Amino acid sequence: MQRKRKLGRGVAVVGAGMSKFGMYKDKDSKDLFVEAFSEMLSSVDKGADPNDIDALYLGNFTNDFWVHSAHWGPVISDLVGLIPKPATRTEGACAASALAFREGVFAIASGFYDVVLVSGVEEMSKRPTEEVAEGLAMATSSYEAEVGFTFPGVFGAVATAYFEKYGATREHLMNVTIKSHNNARLNPKAQFNLSIRDTMNSKIARAEKKGEPVPTWRDEKEFLRDPKANPVVAWPMHLYDCCPISDGAACMLLVAEEIAKNFTDNPLYVVGIGQGSGRALHAADDNTYFEATRYAAKEAYEMSGLKPEDIQFAEVHDCFSIAEIIHLEDLGFFKPGEGYKAVEEGLTRLDGPKPINTSGGLKCKGHPVGATGVSQLFEVWKQLRGEAGERQVPIKNLRIGAAHNLGGTGGTCSLTILERR
Amino acid sequence: MEERPFSDISYAQFLNEEKLMGSRCKKCGALFLPPRSICTKCYGADMEWVEMKGKGKLVAFTCISVGPPFMIREGYDRAHPYCSGVAELEEGIKIVARIEGVDTTKPETIKIGTPLAVRYLHRGEADNMKTYLAFSA
Repeated sequence: MQRKRKLGRGVAVVGAGMSKFGMYKDKDSKDLFVEAFSEMLSSVDKGADPNDIDALYLGNFTNDFWVHSAHWGPVISDLVGLIPKPATRTEGACAASALAFREGVFAIASGFYDVVLVSGVEEMSKRPTEEVAEGLAMATSSYEAEVGFTFPGVFGAVATAYFEKYGATREHLMNVTIKSHNNARLNPKAQFNLSIRDTMNSKIARAEKKGEPVPTWRDEKEFLRDPKANPVVAWPMHLYDCCPISDGAACMLLVAEEIAKNFTDNPLYVVGIGQGSGRALHAADDNTYFEATRYAAKEAYEMSGLKPEDIQFAEVHDCFSIAEIIHLEDLGFFKPGEGYKAVEEGLTRLDGPKPINTSGGLKCKGHPVGATGVSQLFEVWKQLRGEAGERQVPIKNLRIGAAHNLGGTGGTCSLTILERR
Repeated sequence: MEERPFSDISYAQFLNEEKLMGSRCKKCGALFLPPRSICTKCYGADMEWVEMKGKGKLVAFTCISVGPPFMIREGYDRAHPYCSGVAELEEGIKIVARIEGVDTTKPETIKIGTPLAVRYLHRGEADNMKTYLAFSA
């Protein structure tokens, strides 16, 4: 029997920052990292001295391939003046920085360090799209890549299996997209901070200005059904089911619980942390759930003593619309086969009982893969401290939030639960 | 008696020879495709080769309009999508493969459960020959 997981000592988050996500011609990884680091430092209420940072953990998927430069732990450490402190890079595909966060937590919980910087960075947009796709496909199983599966392709296949088993359709996926865009509209750091309605209006205005035929979409779903506006990428995944190519960075400062109040009167505590591994598509008994997410969730819930219903809001890894629906089920928020119904009923909207991806999610906030895990926790930080502005979750006494991160096609999944006391 | 090691390399060689080969644990009977050299069910290390009959059905699929460079070189694009999927074999085991004989321009007409038969797609010549696993509807 596996014993209950626990930390050797408590760990708190006392600062967080992230760059605006987007596709940058005039900024690289280093510029974006400095942006995130500077915001993190200024977010520490009572101030933090970078000289007190004991170690750096950096999540990064593949600078090796996309930037043709590897070994970025010390590069980033030098960038923010931490040399000669140790720097460790973690790789877990799109979950790279959730792993950095977790390693940072363990390093403090073990008693070895007191103050740790956990972070993630990725630069994707300066490569041609085919090379970005080729890089991402390196994180599918080799069997899948060989028979032509792309990332959208794997999630497309998962969607067809889910549709068949539970009777969901493409129309249900559209509800996820519309909701994510509505949230991102309120997030100034999001890559696409506009609603689907805003997008429709701007396309209509552009057509009118150019004297072209003006589209006559009645509503958002009609826009999403229009193959010109929303072309297929890998059936049934269309353009608006897929997260974009992004550049970005995110940072968090972790400290031992006993010194947290030296940094802020409002720290957040790491109460649950879980990670699981998953199999390739062909080896899973069923392609309508992610085994690694279920395992990560079980670990995090058991450690925290919390249940899915105790999580008041969450960031969930929506690399593709179908992934958000399935993860809502794998995390226990809704029963298997009921995730798509919950989204349709509006239960996951910002003003619903279980707000999901208040940041706009990967779909709209952007997905610079190595930075995503920590950036999800940045959103949890903003919400739990009541600093999320227009997109603040309207639930009274907001205390518990979680972030779920997935790497590859489900090979690495994590769930992290933060609490405000 | 087949003596090749239970590896991805042997698996690819068998595909070149138009054989779909998995491995079975002699101790507990667990079947693996592609082959494994150790049994991850009982951790037995005594395996044997098993040839699959090559019949099955479609359990998940996608029709890809934006493919990787090697598929684009084969002539696939937005106007000519290709299908990749998961086939469940009669032996009760699944494998990913290219799916042929379906109308990829009308993916909504492709049905889960469609019966499939194995095909081998050979690319390149002699020592550079590589064979991709496919199933035809």
